[in-house]
Amino acid sequence: MTTPTSPTASRWERLRDSYLLYSFKRDLIAQASLLVFIVLVAGAVLAPWLAPMNPYDLAQIDILASELPPFWVDGSDPAYVMGTDAQGRDLLSTILYGARVSLIIGFGAVALQAALGVCFGLLAGYLGGRVDAFLMRLADIQLSFSTLMVAIVVGALFKAIFGGATFSAYAVPLLVLIIGLAEWPQYARTVRASVLAEKGKEYVDAARVMGLSSRRIMFRHILPNTLSPIFVISTVQVANAIISEAALSFLGLGMPETQPSLGSLIKSGFDYIQSGSWWITLIPGLVLVVLVLVINLLGDWLRDVLNPRLYKG
Amino acid sequence: MSSTATSPAPEQAQPLLSLRGLEKRFSLSGDFLEQLKFKGGKLVREQEHVHAINGVDLDIQRGEALCVVGESGCGKSTVARTVMGLITPTAGEIRYDGERIDDRTTKELLPYRRRMQMIFQNPYASLNPRMTIQQTLEEPIRLHHPDWSPQRVKDQVAEVMTSVGIAPDWGARYGHEFSGGQRQRIAIARALAVDPEFIVADEPISALDVSIQAQVLNLLMEAQQQRNLTYLFITHDLAVVEHFGTRVAVMYLGRVCEVAPTATLFATPRHPYTQALMSAIPRLEDDRPQHIRLQGEVPTPVNLPSGCVFHGRCPHANERCRVEVPTLIATDEGGQVACHGVEEGRI
Repeated sequence: MTTPTSPTASRWERLRDSYLLYSFKRDLIAQASLLVFIVLVAGAVLAPWLAPMNPYDLAQIDILASELPPFWVDGSDPAYVMGTDAQGRDLLSTILYGARVSLIIGFGAVALQAALGVCFGLLAGYLGGRVDAFLMRLADIQLSFSTLMVAIVVGALFKAIFGGATFSAYAVPLLVLIIGLAEWPQYARTVRASVLAEKGKEYVDAARVMGLSSRRIMFRHILPNTLSPIFVISTVQVANAIISEAALSFLGLGMPETQPSLGSLIKSGFDYIQSGSWWITLIPGLVLVVLVLVINLLGDWLRDVLNPRLYKG
Repeated sequence: MSSTATSPAPEQAQPLLSLRGLEKRFSLSGDFLEQLKFKGGKLVREQEHVHAINGVDLDIQRGEALCVVGESGCGKSTVARTVMGLITPTAGEIRYDGERIDDRTTKELLPYRRRMQMIFQNPYASLNPRMTIQQTLEEPIRLHHPDWSPQRVKDQVAEVMTSVGIAPDWGARYGHEFSGGQRQRIAIARALAVDPEFIVADEPISALDVSIQAQVLNLLMEAQQQRNLTYLFITHDLAVVEHFGTRVAVMYLGRVCEVAPTATLFATPRHPYTQALMSAIPRLEDDRPQHIRLQGEVPTPVNLPSGCVFHGRCPHANERCRVEVPTLIATDEGGQVACHGVEEGRI
């Protein structure tokens, strides 16, 4: 998914950036979304330096300080701005670390989906015929199972076969793998459709007449012309992957509570919501909603900007 | 493989490119399941084809510009694309410099790609929008001369750009920054970049303004003189043919009906279809013979007529024309014509 950047290409890239910038400057929602997204991502990336404590370090956790409310509620401890969860972990730190896990899984899963989907989509669209029929039927089969169902079955099997400890150790790569494998048809179908449109254009014929290999034509000539829709789906898919991960964690098949993601934080707090400790669920829930919302808003904006009917490079 | 690419110089008579019995059918029936149909209580497999070209024989001599003319849908472009290997022929053979090339893989064709190139109809679609002109022109050179130094590749690009009248320092620009005529010049430069000897041009000027058409046509003729090129030139513009072509092949419904030197064909067309075609050229003179009006429509290429493909509209058709497919026979004027009437001396 990297665009070739040679010295000569950068000039045009700047031109394109300037159009992106132009429409960005006129769109308040996009600006606000990007700001919130950057703050959340920065918080997540810089968690080890920003967070008041390390929620993974058992030595720092004080069980006596459990279920403390956030600062604006009576009975709060100024050391814990957002309060603490049932194990006495500082909620702010846990959310920062949790957002980090959620984002890693979200982006990792999307990278895997994109890699698989783009390759399959290019092959199906460019080669056509039986390869196309086979890959697209495979995509149909994959799409007929919902992501969550596949994830639940695979996750449960893995947990049953290798035990909870192994599952916890490999939870992040496993979730990336499950969510990534379950959603590749989204990319494959979109890329295939774009490839079919591009394949009929004469520059592809010119490349074939030149004698270029199919691989080079697919990746150097066709793929750069199908990048716009890929970018747009990617934003939506990152949000989807984060939601899927949260849902799995909420069902107990995602991140373990010792290294919680936003989803498993919501789950762990859910047990205490009846006893009045609403903040353990509500605050990470809000963060999750805001994160997914801004990614979707950015995706909507990007889709409008890159819409080939409005703007075609 | 390399020995075939650099085969010894052929005898004088050997054509550079020869097509024998070339056929191409395109299926209209979709995949296997869509072809199954119930007919009278029986499950039968039905296939329908468009016969784009059926049985084309053509020879192209070194150094000539062979123009292929015909109305829309007669298979001109299919011939061009089949010659370039963009389409695999259903039957028949293509020989380039005596070597058969239609059954080769992409890799085996590579040495021929350097010798034969193609110019496309639509200059707005034939340049990759995400590549600069420099990248577009360097790509074929790098592919065919992997041993060349970057400087030599750059020099070659500059040379072809200058020769088509595009300043070499415009290389950093993208295709969409140029006008249609300039783009077509760049497309010509791309074809010339690997120093080919044979160029297939598929209606290279029909998408351009009339004022630009002459410039591009002259450019192609200059390139022919300077680089000793051979052209297969697809067009439907008879004025261009008269100006450009050494010989002309007239196609009708996927078959060649007449091949002749340009002057001969324009002066004494032999095939009834060619005669009708020539009489349709608007001219200033008043004393020319009456415009020949053909009756009926071009038959569909899905269900080809039996015998001569032109018999349904030919004023001279007889029983033999309805049954027997005519083959190309040599005429006294030095051309070839596929017509029973001419063979029998009726026309």
